Amino acid sequence: MERILFYILALSMVGFAIAAVSSRKMLRSVIYLLFVLVGVAGLFFLIDYNFLAAIQLTVYAGGIIVLIIFSVLLVHHIELKLEMAKPKRRILTGILCLLGIGVFISTIYSHSFDVVGEHTTTLTSDIGKRLLSVEDGGFILPFEVISVLLLAAMIGAIIIAKGKKLNEKTKDLP
Amino acid sequence: MIEGISIYDILTLTTILFFIGVYGFLTRKNLISILISVEMILNASVVNFVVINKYLYPDILQGTLFSIFIIAVAAAETALAVAIIINLYRQISSVEVKDTEVMKF
Repeated sequence: MERILFYILALSMVGFAIAAVSSRKMLRSVIYLLFVLVGVAGLFFLIDYNFLAAIQLTVYAGGIIVLIIFSVLLVHHIELKLEMAKPKRRILTGILCLLGIGVFISTIYSHSFDVVGEHTTTLTSDIGKRLLSVEDGGFILPFEVISVLLLAAMIGAIIIAKGKKLNEKTKDLP
Repeated sequence: MIEGISIYDILTLTTILFFIGVYGFLTRKNLISILISVEMILNASVVNFVVINKYLYPDILQGTLFSIFIIAVAAAETALAVAIIINLYRQISSVEVKDTEVMKF
């Protein structure tokens, strides 16, 4: 049962990913990307990482897709067809990517992973404890760094998106 | 881990997703499309971290935590990229790669 589910997920993810990079309509390719991201969340559910699947759904499928859709709507006319690369270049890139896939897959299959057979469920409380522990193997420092990074990115995004208007207004004020 | 699915199957899937992202990154001529391709590449790498953690080292949580950090960095990167794209569109009224000459010095 899970096997069939995995193959359905994998096939639909690959199909939607190809559609997302080759569709000529902007908004449609964003929606195809949304399907790919939801498929990845389904994969996380299958390998029993409920917390990561929830994060994937909220941050990627919820936040990032909405951001990209907003930027598409602000920037583009919906019906505008995208300009594609020349066919020769596309074929060349496709061959290059197939070559890369071949190299990667042959490397993966020639390496023998010693898979541990036991089945453990990761609790969200374990992730939280490890994320905030100050002992060996704790992740408190990257956690703090990432929070500062998010704050800096937020401030930077506001400043950049406001652009010149913010500076002019602050100059006019005094 | 998934019943009846080996780690090779999942790694093959993520490899294909990664290279589809690379293909889009190299052939697209539009900044937002390039952003979409970058998201796909990042997501494939996140799945790799999680799967290797689950199949090879189920006792420790490093891969899971790193994937959480990757997702956070991807969110910050997207927010900044969208801000830059909108600001660029205000200045040159286009988001095509060939028109973006403002940032070149």
